[in-house]
Amino acid sequence: MSNFSEALQSGKFVVTGEIGPPKGTNVEQMFEEAEHLRGKVAAINVTDIQSSVMRVSSLAVCIKLREMGLEPVLQMVCRDRNRLALQSDLLGAAIWGIENVLCLTGDHVSLGDHKEAKGVFDLDSVTLLKAANTLASGKDMAGNDLDGTPSFFTGAVVSPASEPVEPQIIKMKAKVEAGAKFFQTQAVYDPQQMEDFMKKVSGFGVPVLAGIVLLKSAGMAKFMNSNVAGVQVPDALIEEMASVGKKERKKKSVEIAARLIKQMKDCCNGVHIMPLGWDSLVPKLLDQAGL
Amino acid sequence: MIIQKQKAFEEIMSALEGEEKVFIFGCADCATACKTGGEDELAQMKQKLEEQGKQVTGTYVLDTACLSGEVRKRGKELKEQLDASDSVLVLACGTAVQTIGDGLEVIAHPGVDSLFIGNVVRLGKYVEKCSACGKCILEETGGICPVTRCAKGLMNGPCGGYSPDGKCEVDPEQDCAWLLIYERLRERGKLGWMETVKDPKDYSTVSSPRTLVWEHKKEAEDK
Repeated sequence: MSNFSEALQSGKFVVTGEIGPPKGTNVEQMFEEAEHLRGKVAAINVTDIQSSVMRVSSLAVCIKLREMGLEPVLQMVCRDRNRLALQSDLLGAAIWGIENVLCLTGDHVSLGDHKEAKGVFDLDSVTLLKAANTLASGKDMAGNDLDGTPSFFTGAVVSPASEPVEPQIIKMKAKVEAGAKFFQTQAVYDPQQMEDFMKKVSGFGVPVLAGIVLLKSAGMAKFMNSNVAGVQVPDALIEEMASVGKKERKKKSVEIAARLIKQMKDCCNGVHIMPLGWDSLVPKLLDQAGL
Repeated sequence: MIIQKQKAFEEIMSALEGEEKVFIFGCADCATACKTGGEDELAQMKQKLEEQGKQVTGTYVLDTACLSGEVRKRGKELKEQLDASDSVLVLACGTAVQTIGDGLEVIAHPGVDSLFIGNVVRLGKYVEKCSACGKCILEETGGICPVTRCAKGLMNGPCGGYSPDGKCEVDPEQDCAWLLIYERLRERGKLGWMETVKDPKDYSTVSSPRTLVWEHKKEAEDK
């Protein structure tokens, strides 16, 4: 059983972090970022060709993290591999002792840097969850017996700030049915919205970690509002970021994130922090949030 | 209908390089509705090719260029002109190019790009609604096809990529198909279906090349 799943089962408030593999083989900086999270988070997500921009494989980085004594959450998207390759990589993850898997549909290829690629989407987030849990039952998707059964702790994502949010909740229910044991949300900046959302999904009985993306500037917040579906940064926070000079931005960013965590702490089961390269700030953030 | 657009004239000229005498086929169905290969377009193409020094041996708009029987029948009637041609330019879909090329044993050049099976909103505006995926699920989805109208072809509800105005992040001009399905199923009191886990699509039904032979015809052929 993974430490991450044990932490969630214990009922403690759980913190996860995230790193993004680079384009190219210079991985030193990414692993330095991961070191900042050591001892501070229960597990570290490794994104899978995030934003459809070609990068080092998530599975390879997860294997390295485990060698470093850090617990990974393998993110898997359905954009680039069909059901044969996804199941194969899930078994590959299992032989390296990787159990935590976050199942996502994945961004469309047209949003990335290889726009002429064929988007696969043979499976989707729901059927990938089901596939992983089918493997964990000793069978593959075609019903064949496995010689050696993997074990997985599978999770999924949900966007509490999507409008309308009902289709997200309906799909969340299907994800639970398909085997989602935890949820990490898209970035949330409105504690009241998160609380309302949690009231609607508490019946699912599955832990939810609220997504925290560190704001880097007012411009970045505005960019997310116009370009990232399911993310809404309130004007007040944009103004707060804009109120400080460039040198003070990191301090302000941490202050806002810590405040959000404190405000949301009672309504959810943990937080998933996406520092987007500002991983060195995570220890300070957790201190300020009282975690 | 097969929605199509004519290839750039330069590309057509490049394909016809080294050939002097060309016969042009069009089609009265899709190619006429898309204004790629009706009577007008054949006349225009004839004129343009002649301006470039080609000799157009004849033009003919087939009623339905994807019918082997019709193509063979017209081929016989037009035999003299076709025999006098170096090649044939087909201003109709890719099925027409191959029906004509194989059926009449001529060099058939494609003059259009076939785009999708579509609905004609009005002349000049065509939209894709069906991908001929081999297993229709419109009954379940309230008559809106996610295989075709969701950019990712998702089977289990929307991704996180829709905006508050219901548009898809892949193309803000397009509605999120799953939000349309959600709204319609809600109106019809059938939202429960969306909460269930749907199996992944069976892609064995789209393994090319696809054929369909009626069972009783098969038996007759076997005998």
